[in-house]
Amino acid sequence: MNSGSDLLSIKSLSVNFGGLKALNDVYLDLHPGEVVGLIGPNGAGKTTLFNALCGLVDVTNGELILNNKKHDWPKPFELPKLGIARTLQGVGLFPDLTVLENVMIGASIKSKTGLISAALGFDKKDERALKEVAMSALERVYCGGIADRKANSLPYPVTKRVAIARALVSEPQILLLDEPAGGLGAPDIEWMNLLIHNLASQSAIILVEHHMDVVMNVCDRLYVLNFGEVIASGKVDAVREDPAVIAAYLGVSH
Amino acid sequence: MAKSLNLFKRENKKVSGAFNQAKWIRGFTIAAIAVWAFYAFVVDKLPDSLSSFFQSWFPASSINESLVWVICALGLNIVVGYAGLLDLGFVAFWAIGGYCAGWFMSDFFYQVNIRFGTMTPKEIPGVHISFWLVLLIGALVCALFGVIIGAPTLRLKSDYLALVTLGFGEIIPQVFYNGENIAGFNLTNGSKGISPVDNIGIFGKKLGPFDLDWKYFIFCCLTALMIFISLKIRSGKLGRAWLAIREDELAASMMGVPLMRSKLAAYAVGAFSGGIGGVAFATHVNGVFADRFTFSISIILLAMVVLGGMGNVWGVMVGALLIAWVNAAGLPAFGDMVNGALGTNINFPSYNFLLFGGVLILMMLFKREGLLPESRLKSLMHETDDASSNVGTH
Ligand SMILES: Nc1ncnc2c1ncn2[C@@H]1O[C@H](COP(=O)(O)OP(=O)(O)OP(=O)(O)O)[C@@H](O)[C@H]1O
Ligand SMILES: [Mg+2]
Repeated sequence: MNSGSDLLSIKSLSVNFGGLKALNDVYLDLHPGEVVGLIGPNGAGKTTLFNALCGLVDVTNGELILNNKKHDWPKPFELPKLGIARTLQGVGLFPDLTVLENVMIGASIKSKTGLISAALGFDKKDERALKEVAMSALERVYCGGIADRKANSLPYPVTKRVAIARALVSEPQILLLDEPAGGLGAPDIEWMNLLIHNLASQSAIILVEHHMDVVMNVCDRLYVLNFGEVIASGKVDAVREDPAVIAAYLGVSH
Repeated sequence: MAKSLNLFKRENKKVSGAFNQAKWIRGFTIAAIAVWAFYAFVVDKLPDSLSSFFQSWFPASSINESLVWVICALGLNIVVGYAGLLDLGFVAFWAIGGYCAGWFMSDFFYQVNIRFGTMTPKEIPGVHISFWLVLLIGALVCALFGVIIGAPTLRLKSDYLALVTLGFGEIIPQVFYNGENIAGFNLTNGSKGISPVDNIGIFGKKLGPFDLDWKYFIFCCLTALMIFISLKIRSGKLGRAWLAIREDELAASMMGVPLMRSKLAAYAVGAFSGGIGGVAFATHVNGVFADRFTFSISIILLAMVVLGGMGNVWGVMVGALLIAWVNAAGLPAFGDMVNGALGTNINFPSYNFLLFGGVLILMMLFKREGLLPESRLKSLMHETDDASSNVGTH
């Protein structure tokens, strides 16, 4: 693999929680335009890898390369500037904000007005522009019509879409999706499939997902985690045939 | 996909939290005038029994003070309700605002004679600045102090943060109380306080201490201003940031919401209204007295916010009016009634904290989101008791 075009590259990442080795010597590469699947049984460490990338857990050891340059593990507030956006496992919307406001928060990086001028109402133009990009992000997930609804009034499948709109509105280079199809029924999963395909034209994606049909459908390559270690990686078809993977993951019913 | 499109028809219905500016201003104005007209024209003409009922249960004299409480509670609501930062020392801002009035609207600094837009006679020395300007000065000084205490505390977790604000709320009034001789300089006149403060000038008219009607309308305007600020900021970028931080700080941070600056802004705006309340209160009691700025004020304000419904401007207003009324009139009147009927001699007003404590415990047990909740708080407080981050460990 040509590491010269790495958008993101993780090398020998370890994260310990006390005695628990949640991640051990994990590696992962992401190239521009790629959708990489990160799969593995419950508790394998998938979310922990995202958390490490987002500065939510302390990294015990490991190297991060962004755009071919070595980079410190980012702090949460640095993510927008680095072009990284993420959806959270579960719902993760701000429940008391409206759908539109949720997405506008996701677009915070696009707003240049300082807080004081904003408080004094000198940000009309900025707000209007923000609203516009937020609306078009919502249209992309077919939620334009519910922009004024409160997030906590939405049915679960819809919140998953809004969460994606909130992540994509900042036009990230790298999109981290944590179980976007988790808890969805068949029609919504089908829908999510198409949406992720659609997103791939804009951002490189790391996808954590238990639904194998989605994974097989949208991913270019896979990494399989088990007990915090990468047990297989490569093209989807090759990984699917890997006996270690079958034993660890695909054999287990989900 | 075309099918999904129809699933969500555009809803024209506004969110429940959204507000219609023209509408509330009209409602507020009507209510303010109605209350005034009732006391100015109606009460006296009522049959004696009714009229005395109103005078003991709803005395006109307590109305102005309750408006000051509303102003301060709205300020605390920004810190606690919007941004989710527990503040146990809000009385400090009330006090600082009060002393701004004391310093800049009286003959306390008799060594100088500085005047601006005042109607106080020239012969009286001291600093005499127009009430309207002092309002702004007091508010800005408080905002500055809000930032000063906020800055070092923001890295603290909420429990510690609360303790620091508690300390601040104790220190400031103590400084005022003991400020009679700071290296030979009399800053605050100590326990004697600063009194009287200048009269308010409005439309070329000088209001005396007993022009309660005028002050009522002025305080109503200040209350409306605070409501306006609260609602306006809530619907803009800053309000959005505050709610996002309150609901999930880490998630907000990952999306580029500046945590520190947003929180500081919450302290500043909250303190700003504390300053306005403080200046208004000083003109209401015609002076500032250090021993009035007690810890209990911070707690009462917090109770007002919690009772009314954190984050909901109208709820907080109702909560503030209710508690202010209980304190000023309801409990004394109730006590008189009971004592009169039973021939006892119980000092009911002294039990006000027992009452508030009881009410708060009941509220936390049965109606945690307050009388007029902001809808989300309802779900947060009942469904997930750990209000911690959504950022999963799943
Ligand atoms: N903050 C934390 N502190 C302690 N242990 C943690 C923490 N976060 C995760 N863990 C543990 O680390 C392991 C990996 O968890 P992680 O959430 O990354 O799994 P996952 O692969 O995302 O699983 P799932 O598919 O269920 O979401 C689990 O054993 C989990 O209990
Ligand atoms: Mg997970």
